[in-house]
Amino acid sequence: MILILLLAIPILGGLLSWGAEKWNPSLPRWISLLALMADFVLALLLWMIPRTHSGTWFAQFDAAWISQWGVRFHLGIDGLSFLLVLLTLFLGILSVISSWRSIQFRVGFFHLNLMWVLSGIIGVFLALDLFLFYFFWELMLVPMYFLIGIWGHENRTYAAMKFFLFTQASGLLMLLSILGLYSIHGLSTGTYTFDYPQLLSTTLSPRTGLFLMLGFFIAFAVKLPMVPLHTWLPDAHTEAPTAGSVILAGLLLKTGGYGLIRFILPLFPSPAHQVSPIVMALAVAGILYGGIMAFSQKDLKRLVAYTSVSHLGFVLLGVFAGTPLALQGAVIQMICHGLSTGGLFILVGGIQDRIRTRNIDKLGGIGSIAPRMTHSALFFALASLGLPGIGNFIGEFLTLLGTYEVHPLLGALASFGSVISAVYSLRIIQTVFHGSLNNTLAAERLVDLSGRETLIMATLVVALLWIGMNPQPLLNATSVELDKVSHAYH
Amino acid sequence: MPITNLLPLAPFFVLSGTIILSLFTSAFSIKTSNTTYGLTLAGIAVSFGILFLPIPYAQITPLIAMDTYAAYYLGVILLSSFGIALLSHDYLPLKKTEATHEYYLILLLATLGACVLVASTHFASFLLGLEILSISLYALISYSREDLRGLEAGTKYLVLAGTSSALLLFGMALTYASTGTLEFGRLANSLPQNPNLQSVLSLGGAMILTGIGFKLALAPFHIWSPDIYEGAPAPIAAFVATVSKGSIFALLLRFLLALRLAPDSRVFSLLAILASASILIGNLTALRQSNIKRILAYSSTAHLGYLLVPILAGVSSGLHASTFYLVSYMITSLIAFSVISLLSTPERDADQISDYLGLFWKRPGVATLFSASLLSLAGMPLTLGFVGKLYLITAAVNSALWVPVAILIGGSAIGLYYYLKIILSVFTPSPDSNLVQKPFSIPARSTLLILSGALLGLGIYPSPLLMLIQRTLENLPQ
Repeated sequence: MILILLLAIPILGGLLSWGAEKWNPSLPRWISLLALMADFVLALLLWMIPRTHSGTWFAQFDAAWISQWGVRFHLGIDGLSFLLVLLTLFLGILSVISSWRSIQFRVGFFHLNLMWVLSGIIGVFLALDLFLFYFFWELMLVPMYFLIGIWGHENRTYAAMKFFLFTQASGLLMLLSILGLYSIHGLSTGTYTFDYPQLLSTTLSPRTGLFLMLGFFIAFAVKLPMVPLHTWLPDAHTEAPTAGSVILAGLLLKTGGYGLIRFILPLFPSPAHQVSPIVMALAVAGILYGGIMAFSQKDLKRLVAYTSVSHLGFVLLGVFAGTPLALQGAVIQMICHGLSTGGLFILVGGIQDRIRTRNIDKLGGIGSIAPRMTHSALFFALASLGLPGIGNFIGEFLTLLGTYEVHPLLGALASFGSVISAVYSLRIIQTVFHGSLNNTLAAERLVDLSGRETLIMATLVVALLWIGMNPQPLLNATSVELDKVSHAYH
Repeated sequence: MPITNLLPLAPFFVLSGTIILSLFTSAFSIKTSNTTYGLTLAGIAVSFGILFLPIPYAQITPLIAMDTYAAYYLGVILLSSFGIALLSHDYLPLKKTEATHEYYLILLLATLGACVLVASTHFASFLLGLEILSISLYALISYSREDLRGLEAGTKYLVLAGTSSALLLFGMALTYASTGTLEFGRLANSLPQNPNLQSVLSLGGAMILTGIGFKLALAPFHIWSPDIYEGAPAPIAAFVATVSKGSIFALLLRFLLALRLAPDSRVFSLLAILASASILIGNLTALRQSNIKRILAYSSTAHLGYLLVPILAGVSSGLHASTFYLVSYMITSLIAFSVISLLSTPERDADQISDYLGLFWKRPGVATLFSASLLSLAGMPLTLGFVGKLYLITAAVNSALWVPVAILIGGSAIGLYYYLKIILSVFTPSPDSNLVQKPFSIPARSTLLILSGALLGLGIYPSPLLMLIQRTLENLPQ
């Protein structure tokens, strides 16, 4: 029941925000903020439930939905989904706070979309019925499309359309695979069901298995994104409003990584093994390519977008290496990337709101006026380059360590990615924050972080440091599930 | 034959009776527009009500079968026509057309034709129903005499529908020549052994399929439809898209089912070509349009292609999915066309994408419903279109129709682009708009609300509709 509430609160909160705009333009912000905070507390409560249930799920909800087809409304939460749901709500709260001033147009409808994306994402993390999973997978697209298409920057129409078409077209391939799996399971066992635990036992011929796996894989690889399916990402991230970028980079990409861990490896272990050398090579290509592209960008937001391509390459690498260490590294990397990139996007959004440009050549010397901004940026840059003591380091380190066991050469190549990330991270700091102030507008308009923004930065910094210094609780939370996945895969 | 045997035909009698009554009232009185409107609504409502009476189902002469299948489609057609009549009542005064009472009369006639189609089990009743429907549509499409585009559309429809009827008729004649029967149910057992006659039958069958392809606007026989949709008054375009196409498709299903085709029959190869061509051509040509009615025409071609996909490996295995998708498509199209019709101005229909710029910020309710209908056509979750498309794909995957499924999925992905284009313009903020600003009338509003309730309600919980279709089809000889 608590899982239903977890989903319903953002949906209802969104509707309420939309309606509340009539009375007071700032009411939607408060409603959304409070709803998400309540939801966050609710999610934390889940952790308190004594886990005496059988298996790894510590709460489930199961009800009939479309009985003719064996579709059930089956939700479940385990350590992995718990962490990701927590991340979703945390970044959701920060997104609401970060758009407090920058979104003035149609505030109610903005928050409706924001809340509905979040509940779609939560649904994706909770669904244990493949029909339901696909349902949420598609459901989060439409509000995101509106967030980019209505509140985005100059080239928003193109970016929104590209985002939607890429993810939806690949989603249709996943739908085909889901239905193929459903049909094969039904024919062989006589029970037609979309239920994930039951489908796990489906026996597939190697050929069919490979095709079905590819359908799922392409959908997840587009979301993650994997080079060469990433081309929607720089456009969508750059054109989206700040909150949209935070949700895209911090959460939507993670649904791809989650899908790989939850569905690809357990449902199709041997086909996944079969393609793993190619996928891991592409992952390394993505790490290096994303880094190089990030280095050569003029647009600050686009730069941050490309760093995501690079960092999510580690996730892909870790998942397909498939050792318990690499999987844990991938999960930590997903969470920390969400936090650090979220921070960077909020900072870039802050800069753009103040001096109306994201062009690196026109920026410089911000450090002399805005020390709080600069220090936060420095922290996230260091996080991004993988400085020990910050969460991202744990993620990359575990991923690489796990990969060496399986594929030393690719592991070695991937570690070059850390070198490149040092180059582009420090370039941000040097060109944007150091040097002399060469923009007159900047000199007039630039003010340091407000109290609200400082609060966001401080929370993110604390969270990242906490994970970096003390990753054990996170590792414990997911170890049972990930060991199982890894065991099935190897 | 005792008169009580005709009792199952009561809905037809009521419709015909209403038509005659309307004729009389228009003949003897001048200000009859509202009378015929009222009579039309009452006639449709009564025939719909009769469907719920415990009248035994029966085959009445070899021509008409009043079975659950016919009753189901009769219900769907009557409800759609009722909605279209309600919409027309708001639309016609805009256009200041004289003599609107004839409009409702012809609309009823077209409805009657569609009803005959879905109940017919014989080539004669098939042709009768089709002609009643088509001839009424010639008049309805070019109803506003001042509108040149409408006249052009009516003429085009006249020529093309005439040609396709001729093809059909010739095909029927060839079929009769080679098999000696005009009854659907007897065809399967009367196949000729003589190879010459077999080739005559193939030719006849191909002509019948071509004729039906024309009526359904399946590619490559779809060229007429965008012009007709664009030129016809919006409620009539809705009628062509839903009632007319739906009834012909229902007939096609019944016809194919009666033929008891082997899965390797050449008919399926022909249908597969029609389906694939419709999906690809329909979606690709829609990409380049800026007129919403034309987009809907091309997308309708694509949707009819989708409908054929699950029955490509044997009609009975895909029957449920096609039946479900057909009703989902009809509900969705009705909403889209209702919005177009209600937002039209006296000068022209609201059919340009630019007309919808910023609609959401002025009229959030209607804009949301319009977007929901487009999302349903695109097959997004929460809508009936999603469940329908899922059903289609499941049925096709179960029959291992991989190539048609791949085409269906490719087509849906292409289709997204133009639906999104419209939706984005609905949500793009824009200061000015030349759309109708007055609030909708209560009947129009309730029609929209009921249709949208069905679209979203059944999209989230489709079980009732699934059950209804299950019960409808279980008595059909398969």
